[in-house]
Amino acid sequence: MTIIADRSACIGSGMCVLTAPAVFDQDDAEGLVVLLVAEPEGDDARAAAEAVQLCPAQALSSSGEQSGE
Amino acid sequence: MTQAPPVPLHMRRDRFDPVEEMTRIREDEGVRELETGYGARAYMVTRYADVREVLADGGRFSNAGAFRPPDDTRTEAERDRDRAGNLLAYDPPEHSRLRRMLTPEFTVRRMRRLEPRIVEIVDDHLDALARSGPPADLVSGFALPIPSLVICELLGVPYADREEFQDRTGQLLDLSLELDLRRRLARENREYMSALVAQAQADPGEDMLGMLVREHGHDLTTDELIGIGELLLIAGHETTSNMLGLGTLALLRHPEQLALVRADPAATAPAIEELLRWISIVHTGVVRTTTTEVEIAGTRIGAGELVFCALPTANRDPALLADPERLDVRRGAPGHLAFGHGVHHCLGAPLARMEMRIAFPALLRRFPQLALAVPYEELSFRAYHFVYGLRALPVTW
Repeated sequence: MTIIADRSACIGSGMCVLTAPAVFDQDDAEGLVVLLVAEPEGDDARAAAEAVQLCPAQALSSSGEQSGE
Repeated sequence: MTQAPPVPLHMRRDRFDPVEEMTRIREDEGVRELETGYGARAYMVTRYADVREVLADGGRFSNAGAFRPPDDTRTEAERDRDRAGNLLAYDPPEHSRLRRMLTPEFTVRRMRRLEPRIVEIVDDHLDALARSGPPADLVSGFALPIPSLVICELLGVPYADREEFQDRTGQLLDLSLELDLRRRLARENREYMSALVAQAQADPGEDMLGMLVREHGHDLTTDELIGIGELLLIAGHETTSNMLGLGTLALLRHPEQLALVRADPAATAPAIEELLRWISIVHTGVVRTTTTEVEIAGTRIGAGELVFCALPTANRDPALLADPERLDVRRGAPGHLAFGHGVHHCLGAPLARMEMRIAFPALLRRFPQLALAVPYEELSFRAYHFVYGLRALPVTW
């Protein structure tokens, strides 16, 4: 599974950082999403998939299969 | 003199629960046209999926609607001035411009840096409670002052002014009060913030008002600075405080769940999400205006109509999770809409979560015998208010 983060749509809600801290971060200057791992695996992939669903600004998307599913 | 509007259906609760009629609307037609209490009719959306869709679609459901109460005597220039800086009154790209200035201030990492100071503030208030009680009122001694002090320090508002602005904003958001009074309070609130903004412009400090003046002073009008300041001050203390009060009461009513939060630090984060969902202190958030003809749950709504999203019924929709009427702090309730959804999702959510994550367990551990000091039936819930809450929470320990 590949995660795509659209910083132009991001509103800095931090939901992804709380949901999948190993996959997402926010930069200090703008507070917007930073993708730490584009192809997360295992628990991180599950958490990232949840973060994609939860993002209030729909700034996250994913493509491909979630590994191990 | 303007008569206070009757309490609209979407704000009625039966203690922690949406009133039955609200739940019935979700189960039956899903959308109902009703009286808002602001002198206009609006469509109320009650189901989880529909609410999520409306909140996510700012293109069809605008926050910048031109709605004005029939007896609003302000000129267009006055209304523009009153709206300036209020992020909730704009759509992208105007909204994005303002929000981008504030997002770095509320990152998860920035909130973690605040943690030691919030711990200190919580401990100070617990110490004061322990010295003065039992009994004590947990609203005035804990739930209200902690988020108030935190937002004062963050924003750059003198904490000594707290009684004045707490009183004022508490009444401002109380829809049972006469419109004339609420408008006068809104003017006073604005005058108060404009004095703080003038100080920040003359001598910008290390707080958020100072940051906005230093880093965005060339781009923000004075009216916008005032509007941002007003919004952050109100949102900073009128929300978390009600979650702390109602959340504590909810746990006291569910002792086995309270015991879990007290005993296990890992239980706190999911418990807060479930409390946010189950209580849903914000009834509806800001009314949207349709920009085109839309259809929600089979109901056709024309362009230029008002649409409300009922958060308590959406958060108790079986489509969100099983057994939604039950409080279960173990489940974490991912996907709840208590902070809203879409680009207007609560800017301060990371701060609110941090405050609750520190305050709930600290309170429960400091007072192992915490209990209500009056019968549950005697508690006074704050109805008719834009944000649901408790007037007082007398406790003993």
